[in-house]
Amino acid sequence: MPPIKKIQGRAVPIKGRDIDTDRIVPARFLKTVTFEKLGEALFYDERFDEAGNPKDHPLNDPRFAGASLMLVEAGFGSGSSREHAPQAIKRAGFKALVGESFAEIFFNNATQIGLVAVTVAPEDLGYLFALVEQNPETELVLDLEKMELLAGDRAIPVFLPEAVREAFLTGRYDPLDLLLEAMDQVRALDARRAGPGKRGKYGE
Amino acid sequence: MGKTLYEKVFDAHAVRTLPDGRSQLFIDLHLIHEVTSPQAFAMLKERGLNVAFPHRTFATVDHIVPTDRREEPFPDPLAQEMLDALRQNVKEHGITFFDLKSGRQGIVHVIGPELGLTQPGFTIVCGDSHTSTHGAFGAVAFGIGTTQVRDVLATQTLAVEKLKVRRIDVNGRLLPGVTAKDVILHIIRTLGVKGGIGYAYEYGGEVIERMSMEERMTVANMSIEGGARVGYMNPDETTFAYLKGRPYVPEGEDWERAVAEWKALASDPDAKYDDRVEIQGEAIAPTVTWGVHPGQSAPVDGRVPDPADFPESERAQVEDALRYMKLKPGMPLKDVKVDVAFIGSCTNGRLSDLREVAKYLAGKKVAKGVRALAVPGSQLVAEAAEKEGIADVFRQAGFEWRAPGCSMCLAMNPDRLVGDELAISSSNRNYKGRQGSPTGRTVLASPLTVAASAVAGHIADPREVFGMGG
Ligand code: SF4
Repeated sequence: MPPIKKIQGRAVPIKGRDIDTDRIVPARFLKTVTFEKLGEALFYDERFDEAGNPKDHPLNDPRFAGASLMLVEAGFGSGSSREHAPQAIKRAGFKALVGESFAEIFFNNATQIGLVAVTVAPEDLGYLFALVEQNPETELVLDLEKMELLAGDRAIPVFLPEAVREAFLTGRYDPLDLLLEAMDQVRALDARRAGPGKRGKYGE
Repeated sequence: MGKTLYEKVFDAHAVRTLPDGRSQLFIDLHLIHEVTSPQAFAMLKERGLNVAFPHRTFATVDHIVPTDRREEPFPDPLAQEMLDALRQNVKEHGITFFDLKSGRQGIVHVIGPELGLTQPGFTIVCGDSHTSTHGAFGAVAFGIGTTQVRDVLATQTLAVEKLKVRRIDVNGRLLPGVTAKDVILHIIRTLGVKGGIGYAYEYGGEVIERMSMEERMTVANMSIEGGARVGYMNPDETTFAYLKGRPYVPEGEDWERAVAEWKALASDPDAKYDDRVEIQGEAIAPTVTWGVHPGQSAPVDGRVPDPADFPESERAQVEDALRYMKLKPGMPLKDVKVDVAFIGSCTNGRLSDLREVAKYLAGKKVAKGVRALAVPGSQLVAEAAEKEGIADVFRQAGFEWRAPGCSMCLAMNPDRLVGDELAISSSNRNYKGRQGSPTGRTVLASPLTVAASAVAGHIADPREVFGMGG
């Protein structure tokens, strides 16, 4: 995978604490065997009324169209473990989330598919929301090498667990290849460990 | 220094340390269902990989199945497509599948334990956040995303970080009418919906020790609503008695050996915890939620809170929740009318839940205007409930008795709220729109409180409706 070092673009402000995965992608959109069309389902019930007419929502606001960063508040992505939530965000064209805190499973799911989720201090987040709401055309630069976000006239420190940062910078955020390297050891563990339905030993 | 069960299990499954500092963790048991697995199988194919250890993965279908009729094709072609995709995938890879006609189909977190797939000391994962349920057996069990489902299929391992451990002791005893569901709702309110981030929750203390396995599962199930991916109890005699004789559990000498191993897994008396919390059982009341996350709850005989009583930082959120729920500050919770009553889900859809409710529901009737649904968690639960006459008690009381599935817990099947209907629900999530209507409202409660409310037509205290002492 290509390394992720810098993400540049405009941002869309999404207000609300503890936005859960059911709001990010309402459950009825999970009825799919692929992730392909999920971008359209992003925040669907907040963006459209029951008749399908657009509501007042930043994602419907032409001033924020084409943004590649999303500003969010504390507790973003709580709830379900379903990867549909970060997939929808990624497929809607976003490359990074900037927030105060993220739910753990959401954060891991996002990381593994190369969707960056950094946190910033609450006061900095307040500044970012105000900046972007007043000047939607502002270009932000998220720099994972320097661990800062250039916004307006400020360089805001951003946070990521060191291992995750390393993974983005080296392009190793999807761990599958690494996991596959140790298959001999894994086979040995499989032979040693009990398991249900392990034929001949346990099971029906 | 002693170790916690979490550390012992983690260490026994660590294959190696990855260059980024995380551990490669071996997974004993992988459970899959129709919603989060098809994309994982597609990714596997894309990479030209196979399922490495098909005997460690088990499948069922639960989220999308209709519960009123089972004939195929389903009225919803998308639901049918998901079931067909799962059938195709398990066949291709030689994975055991508890399909609709197996007699063992059910909600993934109900069937794992009841078939004995879930065992102490296992690492268990599933593309579903309520995988924490299996922790009730002293397993380390957690939900994963679809890309991780792919990782487990391909390697039987995952890249994970070690969690901290918080010990939560629930001491004393529970008062009449107070159930395991009330215990966990109380814990979540006390510690917050984000309080468990970064932690595994170890539940203990007198109340937990006296609980049945079903009750422990209810508690472990909702760990994730408190922010903790993992929640577990140490295995004990209750655990072993539950497991003995179940289909996938070892027998004879193997059983003896297994029990000896399981006993050694329990946290050592001198284990060091990263945090400890104590809760008094007597302080817990039958609890209902009034808001839009599981931490926004109050005793059932209390009132809807006033946003002014909350710290400044939470006020806007509370106001928003009350607006969405259409509730007025200060009104008694018991004045809230209910349109729908739902008993089921992986939190409270087990036989003991239904049995407990039936004890009190006999001879009572669901109030006019309330749509009441009882959805057993699995085919085995449904079968036993028929045999014991429990199903008939529900039917006679005016409940619709359905076939097993997730049903109205997340409404991916036709069971859903309409408009701004208010449901009192034994499930685990009351997020906006969770039960299928973007304006639908959910009040979480124990099965007893749901049944009492169904009978009363409004949120009701089971102690009053069912004349429980105390
Ligand atoms: S019953 Fe609800 S919470 Fe449990 S697995 Fe099904 S949808 Fe998820």
